[in-house]
Amino acid sequence: MSDLNKATTSQKTGTKFAVFGGVYNNHLSLKATLRDARSKGARHLYCLGDMGGFGPHPDRVFAPLRDSTDLSVMQGNYDHSIGHRLDDCACGYTDPRDNHFAQLSYDYTLENTSDTHKDWLRGLPREIRCLWGGCRVLMAHGSPRRVNEFLWESTCSDVFLAYLLDEWEADLLLVTHTGIPWRRRLDDGRQVVNVGAIGRPANNGRTDVEYALVDVGPDGIDISIEQVGYDHQRLAHEMRNEGLPQEFVETILSGWWTTCLEVLPAKERAAGIH
Amino acid sequence: MSLLSARDLIRRAEERVQPDEDLKQSPTLELEHLDTLWLQVTGTLCNLACLHCFISCGPKNDNHPMMTVEEVENAIERAVEEGVKEFYYTGGEPFMHPEIRTMIELALEHGPLTVLTNGILIDDELAQWLAETFRRSRYSFDLRVSLDGTTPSENDAIRGRGSFEKILAGVDRLVEHELNPVITVTTCHAELGGEQGRERFFKLLRQRGLKRPRLKFLAPFKIGREERRDEGYRAYERLQKGDLDPEAKQSLQCSSCRMVTANGAYPCPILIEYDEARMGDTLDDALRDIELDHPACYTCYVEGVTCRT
Repeated sequence: MSDLNKATTSQKTGTKFAVFGGVYNNHLSLKATLRDARSKGARHLYCLGDMGGFGPHPDRVFAPLRDSTDLSVMQGNYDHSIGHRLDDCACGYTDPRDNHFAQLSYDYTLENTSDTHKDWLRGLPREIRCLWGGCRVLMAHGSPRRVNEFLWESTCSDVFLAYLLDEWEADLLLVTHTGIPWRRRLDDGRQVVNVGAIGRPANNGRTDVEYALVDVGPDGIDISIEQVGYDHQRLAHEMRNEGLPQEFVETILSGWWTTCLEVLPAKERAAGIH
Repeated sequence: MSLLSARDLIRRAEERVQPDEDLKQSPTLELEHLDTLWLQVTGTLCNLACLHCFISCGPKNDNHPMMTVEEVENAIERAVEEGVKEFYYTGGEPFMHPEIRTMIELALEHGPLTVLTNGILIDDELAQWLAETFRRSRYSFDLRVSLDGTTPSENDAIRGRGSFEKILAGVDRLVEHELNPVITVTTCHAELGGEQGRERFFKLLRQRGLKRPRLKFLAPFKIGREERRDEGYRAYERLQKGDLDPEAKQSLQCSSCRMVTANGAYPCPILIEYDEARMGDTLDDALRDIELDHPACYTCYVEGVTCRT
């Protein structure tokens, strides 16, 4: 692997870290998440990318992301596309309905993200490596091998996750990209965590959003998925004022996904209502 | 005149017998990682004889016999050693196998499984067992049911008389047990491939009680019975060396899958009737690079086909 686009940090034991992804223009849940993580004692915060899409006023997420000294940010597929002014988000949908909605939010985000923020997105690292209490931590957007690979809980065998950890030399792998959080500890103690997304609910009928809180103690690493409530009614109001699709607003208000469902595996799809 | 050393002479001889990379016509594709293991569990035995079948499966085709449970288990265990991500069972018609339930449980112990079926043999008792297995499994367990038209005449022209209603009766039973199969459509009828065709399927499936229809469209491969139904490949329909950039290579499923049948191991589910595509007796023999020298490879590349869901 190349050493380019890597950020590396080292920490001692006895500390907490917050890891989140999928901001999706949701500046209100972003601020709520940062507040929640800091109030729970997170010493450092990590954002795994995908700042844009879905929500209103793309430029409003950048001040909290860029001005925080306790926050490291990496690049997702959306950020790569917006940063390079590409034509689409490279989300990889095939259903025309999914593509219609994905393109709509992409065009809106591209149009409303200022050049200075686009340039910042373009320069973000594509992975983050840390050493937490002797544990080799790797953060990636989709998977260590592909920025837009979906790691769903139901479609990743234990041996496949072990392969990723072996090949990319990590004891803890943290990813996002799917929007639904999950955790797995392998028999040998190594862990893989999908931190979910803070930009929209996790297709579970709740309006709050989720991130991972990592507690690095002397006996090992405990990871919890934290729920954060925010003023989702206000976000829905802003989305309507911006002319964003009613389908998106409905997701914010109901907690159920209404679009881009094609990519969901059978189990995750069965857990939703659409 | 300069004298050549023995070393020079040997090097020249080696250059003559080793093929020049630049002169090879077909691109080479590395196996990036074994993400997907395909198993031809019922061989080429099927209760239908669809006109577009790329491996000419049917009630009398035993070119590839059924796999034994032991053969399936061996392949799965070897794939697990490689860190396999997921399994697919196909045929033929997988539910013709008397031990298919044991095989399904075997795969789901290790990872997610998708079974490709025409749905006809799914009676109420089987649908109930499949639903219980789906709910019990920690991994995703998916069914793909093939249907090639939104009307009996459209579908039956390809899949055989009466098959439309039989297939949808199987789908109905899955829906009754709260399963949501992916309906797989091979776009032999060109008009089904576009957005309007997709809408027609959505409408049909919603009428049949599928509240959240899932669809997959596949381009036909012009081999097997399909070659006789329509037309085969033209001479120019071949991948050339240099056609594939790294992104295109990654998008080809054979960069991360292999197929095992009772007859041996192959690069993918499409080419199992071609002796030259056979890579060896076992999965071990197939964990290596392949040459994309078959015209069907052209369809995967041009149409962006992946047999995965």
